[in-house]
Parts: sequence; C-alpha cells; structure tokens
Amino acid sequence: MEYSEKVMDHFTNPRNVGELENPSGVGTVGNEKCGDIMRFYIQVTDGVITDAKFKTFGCGAAVATSSIATEMVRGKTLQEAVQISNTAVMEALDGLPAAKAHCSCLAEEALHAALWDYARKNGLDIPGLKPPEETEAE
Amino acid sequence: MDALYLDNAATTRVHPKALAAMMPFLEGNFHNPSSVYGPARVVRQAIDEARSQIAGHINARPEEIFFTGSGTEADNWALHGAVAASPAKRHIITTAIEHHGVLYACRALEKRGFDVTYLPVDADGLVNPADLADALRPDTAVVSVIMANNEVGTIQPLAEIGALTRKNNTPLHTDAVQSVGHIPVDVDALDIDMLALSAHKFYGPNGIGALYVRKGTPLAPLLHGGAQERGRRAGTENVAGIVGMAAALNVAVAEMPREQPRVTALRDRLMAEILEKIPHTKPNGHPTRRLPGNVNISFRFIEGESLLLHLDMQKCYASTGSACSSGALEPSHVLMAMGLPHGLANGALRFSFGRDNTEADIDRLMAILVPSVERLRAMSPLYDDFVKKGEK
Repeated sequence: MEYSEKVMDHFTNPRNVGELENPSGVGTVGNEKCGDIMRFYIQVTDGVITDAKFKTFGCGAAVATSSIATEMVRGKTLQEAVQISNTAVMEALDGLPAAKAHCSCLAEEALHAALWDYARKNGLDIPGLKPPEETEAE
Repeated sequence: MDALYLDNAATTRVHPKALAAMMPFLEGNFHNPSSVYGPARVVRQAIDEARSQIAGHINARPEEIFFTGSGTEADNWALHGAVAASPAKRHIITTAIEHHGVLYACRALEKRGFDVTYLPVDADGLVNPADLADALRPDTAVVSVIMANNEVGTIQPLAEIGALTRKNNTPLHTDAVQSVGHIPVDVDALDIDMLALSAHKFYGPNGIGALYVRKGTPLAPLLHGGAQERGRRAGTENVAGIVGMAAALNVAVAEMPREQPRVTALRDRLMAEILEKIPHTKPNGHPTRRLPGNVNISFRFIEGESLLLHLDMQKCYASTGSACSSGALEPSHVLMAMGLPHGLANGALRFSFGRDNTEADIDRLMAILVPSVERLRAMSPLYDDFVKKGEK
C-alpha cells in the first residue's frame, strides 16, 4: 500500500490539530471497530467558517483527510462547506489507496456532523445537509 | 542511521552461511537433480544431505521431509491432502488463531462442504485440550493446531493435543513456521503427524518450505506432475533454496542454546519497559509460554497503522494487528479470538526480535516510541474523552 506524498505530508505535519475553546459546532463520527474516529470543531462568524480544528484516532489516511478537510473548509460559507465532498478531499490529497477511500467519506461526515451541530444550535436549515448517523459505541 | 529492524516474525535476513551454501547451486551446480549425468548427481546428493540435516533437527527421518514452495503450501497440502486421502471423513478441527495459510485453507474446504470446528482460545491465546477432546469425532479427517502463534507468540500445549489425536487415531498437523529454528521441536515427543516449516523465518531464503509427514500418514498429493519428492510433490526442486534452508537451520539449531535465552531476555525487557514507561498499554499473548522474540502490546487510544508510520519515518520497522492495515476493516482475528475489544486490537503492535538485535536496539526503540505515542494520543479524541472523564 502506497500513500501519496501529499498524504504523508499531512500525516507527518497535520494542520489544525486540536480543539476550539468555544466552538460554533462539534461533530464526532466513526467508531473503534473500524479503527477511525474523527472529531471536527468549527468556528462560524457571519455565516463563514473562520476556523476549523480536529482530533482523530485512526490510520495515516484518517489523519491526512482530517487535516486537509479542515484546511479546505476554512473561509468557506456554510453552503460552500456542505458541498465539500469525499471525492474533493481525496483529490486534494492526490488520491488514496482503494482500501482507504472510506477515510475520505469519514472526513466528509465529520464536517457535516459539525455543520449539523451548528445548524441545530442556531435553528438554521442548511440546504443539502443531512443529520449525522449515530456513532456506534463499543 | 541504520534501520532498526524489529519484524523478524515477518521475515529474516539470510544468514551469510546460508547464502554461501546456496551460491554454488545458482552458479556452477545448476543441473537438474532428476538428470542422470554426473553433475546432476552432485546436486541430488546436496538435496539428500539437506533433507537429512533438516529431518535430524526435528527428530524426523529424511524420507519424512518433503520440500515445498512455502510454509503456506505446506499448510494447504497437509489439510487438502489429508481430506483427499480419507474421503469418508468430512470433519476438520483447527483453532480460531491459525495463520491464514491454515485458516483460509479450512474456509475453502468449508465451502466444499466440509464441517470445520474452530477451537476457541483463552485471553492468553491458549487452546484448552479439553475442547479438542470434546470436538474430536470418528469422522475427523485432520486436526491442525498452530505450534506458536505468529502474532502473539503463544505456544500451544501440543503434547497434550498430540496425545488426544493419537488416541482418536486422527492425524495432527501443526503450523510450526514461527517455531522451527527458534524453540526445540521434536515431532515424536509431541505426537505430530505433519508439520509445516519455512526457511525465511530462520535466516534462510524466501520461497522454500517443507512439510514433515510421518510415515504412514494418509496424504494425497496437492501438486501433480513429475516424480520429484518421491512422487508426492511435483516440480523441479528449488535446489539453492533447499541447501540454504538446511544451512540456515544448522546454524539456528547450533546457536539455539545461546540465542533462545538471549532473545527471550530482550523480549522480556522491552515488554517491561513499555509497560513501565508508557501508560495505558496492555501486553497480548501468554506471559511465559511464548516465542523468544515476540512482543505484542496494545497502545490504548492509538490506531496501530499511524503508530507504525511514525516508527517507519524514524527507520524503525514493526507490525500491527489493526483493521486499517489489513485492508479488511477488521482487526486481527487472533486478537479478536482472545477477546480483545476493537479499540485494543486496533492499537496492537508486534515487535519481533532476531539474531541481529541487541540491548541497544531497545533503548533506540523506546526513544522513538515514547514521543510517537504521546504525539498520537495528543490528537486522539478517545484520549481526550478519557482525560476529561477522569477530570470530572
């Protein structure tokens, strides 16, 4: 299995690791069974995502997709953020090994979960945003 | 900086003596041992000598050793060959912690209608012989129990298992790929009927294995063709491989009285240091009934592949039982059979020592491991939750 240089770069030097003090939204997805858990924090000011952080338990691809997804979402409007797909995440990393494609889906889900949390707290309806699936506990 | 190789259970570096023994058979002595002319007879004699040496190291007779292309081929032959030789018997017994060479051969036979019993193991990875006694049936064609597990190193009570299979008159196969060359193996003392071994696990070359078959054990061939291996395993012999395998095993057995305790001490020291210096770790496998070089430890709140990548970046090489690394999205079947929760199975790393490792390697590993674990925990939401729960 071969990771791209971009993946290794984001795994070795992950951007935006950590948490936000008073985040506008938080989303956690994944479970210990498959071995990946991602938690995304977003800060929203005037409808724009001004900051994003993450904490991830997972493989190299999980860390790298978290890192790049938090980069991609910064400066985006809520509507733009919803449009960030797993394919876009994967392309931004110059691809992922086939067995790791699910990691990019998880990054999309984590982002959506954080957006959902924000929307729910603020009584907003973001078109195209679906509620996150329940996280499975062990 | 030199690489820090701690994955000797995956494969080993070819011993210089094995390489030296092999070279003539890749150069001048290239002749086909089945040919009748003089130079071919020299090659034939080299094979006979290698066979005889290998047999002696496991207390077998030369005519009971059959060379194969790998340990996996030997395992497949033992299982497929045993059921083919006893068509009326439709039952197979194995364990839940076999190497894939046995496990997937059993699953393939299951698909063909055979009834397979997978014996459970306890939390240390040990089979209970009483479970085997209960599972044995008059139509059991073969029992296959791994001698020592490749992931967690647990050594099975084969003498007790062998006594049971002998009493039931059922052939006992054992995958001894991780054991031969590392711990003493005696097929008579353990009542073993078939045994798989592989050269590259004891400093021989890749691509050469062997199956020991006790005289009189019903076993049909897997490969059909030429009359090599007395008509039981067709295919022109891997002469250099065979000679290299014997040379490597000669060294391993000769050095075992010194190497076994030395490597065991490395194992025990690394386990103790990790448990002492890194909190939230759990050793896997039996504490004492285990292979000399095997260390298997779960690091809580961390996923194994990401830890391996951190070690890799610092030229330190090991293995993991995590789901992410398997490509199957399921963690190691061995750790799951031992009852580990997914979180611990996904955070398991295996370090396996060999003849080239020293005490200094442990210091170097610990200097890499401690900060790598800290760094990954710092970004783990599971560790976050754990710490916050503790603060409340």
